[in-house]
Amino acid sequence: MTFSLNTLANPSRFLSFAGAVIPWLTALTVILLAIGLYQAFFVAPVDYQQGDTVRIMYIHVPAAWVGMGCYALIAIAALGTLIWRHPLADVAAKTAAPIGAAFTLVILVTGSLWGKPMWGTYWVWDARLTSLLVLFLLYLGLIALWQSIEDPGRAGRAAAILALVGAINLPIIKFSVDWWNTLHQPASVFRIDGPTIDPSLLTPLFVMGAAFFALFILLHLIAMRAEILRRRVRVLQQTQVAQAALS
Amino acid sequence: MLGLGPHASFIIGAYAAAFFALGALAVAIVLDDRKQRRLLADLERRGITRRSAAKRRPAAAPTVTRTAP
Repeated sequence: MTFSLNTLANPSRFLSFAGAVIPWLTALTVILLAIGLYQAFFVAPVDYQQGDTVRIMYIHVPAAWVGMGCYALIAIAALGTLIWRHPLADVAAKTAAPIGAAFTLVILVTGSLWGKPMWGTYWVWDARLTSLLVLFLLYLGLIALWQSIEDPGRAGRAAAILALVGAINLPIIKFSVDWWNTLHQPASVFRIDGPTIDPSLLTPLFVMGAAFFALFILLHLIAMRAEILRRRVRVLQQTQVAQAALS
Repeated sequence: MLGLGPHASFIIGAYAAAFFALGALAVAIVLDDRKQRRLLADLERRGITRRSAAKRRPAAAPTVTRTAP
């Protein structure tokens, strides 16, 4: 913990860390995705009720884990921005938002493509689907907020407040299937009494989950590095203009 | 696998959508990273460096005093 706080909280050290980790994480992500996709298509059996359509779950469910986990990360980073005003917290939140939006879009699209053959419709306004749409809109709102305020510090604080307010949506998504009567099925993996899915279907799901999380961390590290460099470039360009004006 | 059943188009469509969405995201992020590294390298080549970088290279030409994360 001391290592992570003292070492990674420094942007220059973070850049060194990212540079060392990214190649290994790239390899890990590719390997996990290859194993996961092989298991999803060639090892996992056909579900007795869903048939082959169950294979959509191997991208839909991991995307949901990452889409929600990403927002949780943004909310934690928002605390870092508002309480400690640490620039890396703002960088982490800002760069996570587009990634979370993309994963949430994958949840919505793959869910719709699963819903049509299974439910007979692409979309219903039930609590789970609607709260996930709200999550996607929150991501878009955060991105728009960062884009619309020029000063990174002000933008970061405004976005942090919105991110914390929006965090209330996370438990709503999770428990929507318990609190309301929804077309979406209840939780079947993370339950107090254990998963209700057969291990032959669960193993590929966990491998794809690990692959998606590895992909998320990889993209986030690269995006954070780019954002740190963008801020350095911005300051140097401003200084260059100021020097030119003085001379 | 092989015959993906009567709903093959939905399965292939779902995987294609995920591939394109996440693939486009990855390409955009990597290109942005390369662009920022190129811009920073260009500025440093012209002698415009951060204060901490200037300390490491005292022979470098004009330096700036402002810092960024």
